Amino acid sequence: MQTTFTGRVWKFGEAISTDLMVPGSKVLANPGITPEEAAQFCMSANRPGWVDQVQPGDLLVAGTNFGCGSSRNGSQPLKVLGIACVLADSVSRIHLRNAVNTGLPTLVAPGISAFVEEGQRLEVNIVSGQVKNLDTGKTLQAQAWPEDSPPFQILMAGGLDAYMKDKVRKAGLVRA
Amino acid sequence: MGMTIAEKILAKHAGVDSVKPGQYVWCKVDATSGHSLRALELLGVDRVWDPERVFIVDDHQAPPPTIEVANRMRETRRLVKKYGIKHYYEYGRGGILHQVFAERGMYAPGELIAQGDSHSTSGGVFNACVTNANMDAVHILAFGDLWFRVPESVRVVLNGTLPAWCVGKDVILKVASELGTDYGLYKSVEYVGPVAAQMTLAQRWTISNMGVEVGAKFALFEADAKTDAFLKDRVTRPYEHVTADPDAAYEAQYEFDLSTLTPMVARPGDPGNGVPVESVLTEHVKIDQAFLGSCTNARLEDLEVAARIIKGKQIHPDVRMLVSPSSQEVFGQALKAGYLEILADAGALVEHSTCGPCYGGHMGVLGDHEVCISSSNRNFQGRMGSPLAKVWLASPATVAASAIAGEIVDPRQYL
Amino acid sequence: MGMTMAEKILASRSGKSVVAPGEYVWAKVDGTGVFGPIPMMEELGIEQVYDTARVYAVDDHFAPSPTVERANAHKALKDFATKYGIENYFEYGRHGILHQVFPEHGYVSPGDLIVSVDSHSTSYGCFNAMGAPIMEELSFVVITGQLWMRVPPSIKFTLAGTLPAYCVGKDVMLKIAADYGTDVAVYKSVEFLGPVAAQLSLGSRFTMSNMGVEIGAKCAIFEADDKTYEFLEGRMKREPQPVSPDPDARYEAEYTVDCTNLEPMVALPHDPSNSHPVAAVESERLRVDQAFLGSCTNARVEDIAVAAKILQGRQVHPDVRMIVTPASSEVWHECARLGYWEVLSAAGAMITNPGCGACPGGHLGLLADQERCISSSNRNFQGRMGSPLAEVCLASPATVAASAIKGYIADPREFM
Repeated sequence: MQTTFTGRVWKFGEAISTDLMVPGSKVLANPGITPEEAAQFCMSANRPGWVDQVQPGDLLVAGTNFGCGSSRNGSQPLKVLGIACVLADSVSRIHLRNAVNTGLPTLVAPGISAFVEEGQRLEVNIVSGQVKNLDTGKTLQAQAWPEDSPPFQILMAGGLDAYMKDKVRKAGLVRA
Repeated sequence: MGMTIAEKILAKHAGVDSVKPGQYVWCKVDATSGHSLRALELLGVDRVWDPERVFIVDDHQAPPPTIEVANRMRETRRLVKKYGIKHYYEYGRGGILHQVFAERGMYAPGELIAQGDSHSTSGGVFNACVTNANMDAVHILAFGDLWFRVPESVRVVLNGTLPAWCVGKDVILKVASELGTDYGLYKSVEYVGPVAAQMTLAQRWTISNMGVEVGAKFALFEADAKTDAFLKDRVTRPYEHVTADPDAAYEAQYEFDLSTLTPMVARPGDPGNGVPVESVLTEHVKIDQAFLGSCTNARLEDLEVAARIIKGKQIHPDVRMLVSPSSQEVFGQALKAGYLEILADAGALVEHSTCGPCYGGHMGVLGDHEVCISSSNRNFQGRMGSPLAKVWLASPATVAASAIAGEIVDPRQYL
Repeated sequence: MGMTMAEKILASRSGKSVVAPGEYVWAKVDGTGVFGPIPMMEELGIEQVYDTARVYAVDDHFAPSPTVERANAHKALKDFATKYGIENYFEYGRHGILHQVFPEHGYVSPGDLIVSVDSHSTSYGCFNAMGAPIMEELSFVVITGQLWMRVPPSIKFTLAGTLPAYCVGKDVMLKIAADYGTDVAVYKSVEFLGPVAAQLSLGSRFTMSNMGVEIGAKCAIFEADDKTYEFLEGRMKREPQPVSPDPDARYEAEYTVDCTNLEPMVALPHDPSNSHPVAAVESERLRVDQAFLGSCTNARVEDIAVAAKILQGRQVHPDVRMIVTPASSEVWHECARLGYWEVLSAAGAMITNPGCGACPGGHLGLLADQERCISSSNRNFQGRMGSPLAEVCLASPATVAASAIKGYIADPREFM
């Protein structure tokens, strides 16, 4: 798993809910929808057209309480759209766990929304938590997970699916 | 050093004497929901750790509005049979997860439960640590445990005496309006004080339910006789009430005097946008839909107050009022008590028990530029349908009074 | 030369003393319904409907809205009703399936000519009216109150004998579809006469007129009697002009259906004509996944009453989900008052709000692949109620309730 990300920043505001990332009336109403199709509705209410502008490797920066609300996995469409790493002033617990399990690095970085403007480039090390603004040269410390913590190990495995496959095999729960 | 309620419950389930905030622990989990059974099957695992402690009810989309949903539910039924899941509730015998889970005796004080759906914080009303496990519920299904980060605890002290016309919904909208919707972010919130004791179980339930709206991992109340009265005959296993130690460490403590509280309403966009209803009266906010439902406020006493306000009156001709009780059990009780008949006589649409309208899934989705007053939990843009619609959150009394008036009004004139 | 009931209504509404099959007439329409805006009115700048008291409006197929698109369509209907002063607009909670809620509110009187969108507009025949489905002509009717009609040939079904207590109109209709085929009445007026026509409850007649379209009929008419007026008194807004066939009326064909030995019937997939006595298929133990009691065909108080009687003190089979969708808000109220909802919900049935519900496969209980539904509705075509791989079997409310208890398609007589 990659631990350093460099990319262009898209900025979002405060309390960006998972209803905005995964609109119920578009996505939940249609369980046959593919992740790629579902991603087309991401942020369609608050920022129409964004899905056509975002590029693989871009970074997303948001204010406080990112991913508040429903337990819908808002990280999945972000990952499908190519977002490499997410930084927010604060992140809801449910969303943070979904991000870890999806394998999308998502860091709590108090002060990040004041630290970077949209379109600027950041370099993020998710092991040390160091964030560098390549346009201003300033640095900011994000909260990194302890390397021996379960969330870090799951993230490094690439997400919950890969982590679980390994773990259930080792536990002998899978019939040969 | 003493421990908070969450610390005690997590320590016990981790098999250690004490834990402290920030620590990562693996905890045994007492129960979960079965939404991840397919993921378990894909991993090649043919059994769950305990089929008696896995709970499934299709609440969001029952009965199916599309073939795709119908096929997904058929898949659920197959998995239920394959894994021998004991607690599966078919339409007509279920309702909304958080309500049916409680009715079937799945929550008890001191337990640690992680389940699908963000409003799992609801279970905190039973003095249990209940929170969301979304994708990682599959870990519980396989092993019966899950990792937790021990959260910081904060305490909200509800002082004074709650006026007769206010309920838990008004309290949480008030608290969220003052502290913001992230005072509980990744934390365990404990609600204590005379008003916590004064409130009915259902009123506390609303506050625990909306714990997630203030970011909380757990939203806990202490247990008392009201808690035990509900659990009697539902929970047969032994349990003990959990209280915080006197020297427990809280990251913050917030005090509120609720003696002068008046009915609240949250303006569209965020549950933290709460203001007194009386402050918006001059705006004459016309409504198209009034929704009395959801896991937040659709219990028997919520239906009772609405029926009391509406009895003998008519829903305003320009308004459609949708009523969806929180479970089949509540539906039956409300029928017996005559509440549903009163509401229907007034022109309200009585639905089966479903999450439908609350999350914009079906059963009453909002069109462009429509305005809804709702007893539910979220008023984010696009939550209940069109991104151009507006949702105001309020108590059942305010929803009912507004449905009659055709615009948002103070329920006190009707009570 | 004498006239049939359909001929008399068309003659009266076209201002003629006599009409004959094959003749084209311009007829005045007594009532019609709108289910969305009429774009032609906007295009042509027409500011009024032909009669604000005779054009009714309701959103029944998708009540309450399952999608934003449907919500916007609902809002457009409501705005249309407001703009054109439609007096009989039924908002959610006061609504019902059009064929039920409209007659409850004075839409139809005996002798009327009703033309409306929705194929089950043949239903109004149970009120001794001519009810005929239309589609593209709606704009024209709403603006002018008139429609050209071709006078149809009439056929007569004499319902003879005595109907056993355990059978209802649904069983009679499925028997007719089985014996005569679902094209026996294509583009014809069906007239139901004889002792069993008189014996049937109004609800049973409703079922048969309603399913007239399933045997191809343009309309399906009963004579008016005390039962008709018992329902219509206090609701009708026009003087009744009841019609009966002249003794020398000409029928293209006449059929006699002896109902004395009729048994409960069930239509197997995928056509109403594939009907058999339930007793003949019970031994096959046809597993039921969903039992649907609803639709304009069979979701009135008497239909729900029989289901409540059967399910009283019993439980819906654990592997079956039973969905009950009453035909209208009025039906909902009456069933609540009579305690039927308590009985059915205690038995484990889901009581939904009124509307078309699962019948047209729009929402509120679609079927998954390979599932089987026993339904009190009207059509069991492939894909009608959801997946094209699902099977729908049609039967009376009693058979639906009995099958819900047993978990397979079962004869209701042991519960009656």
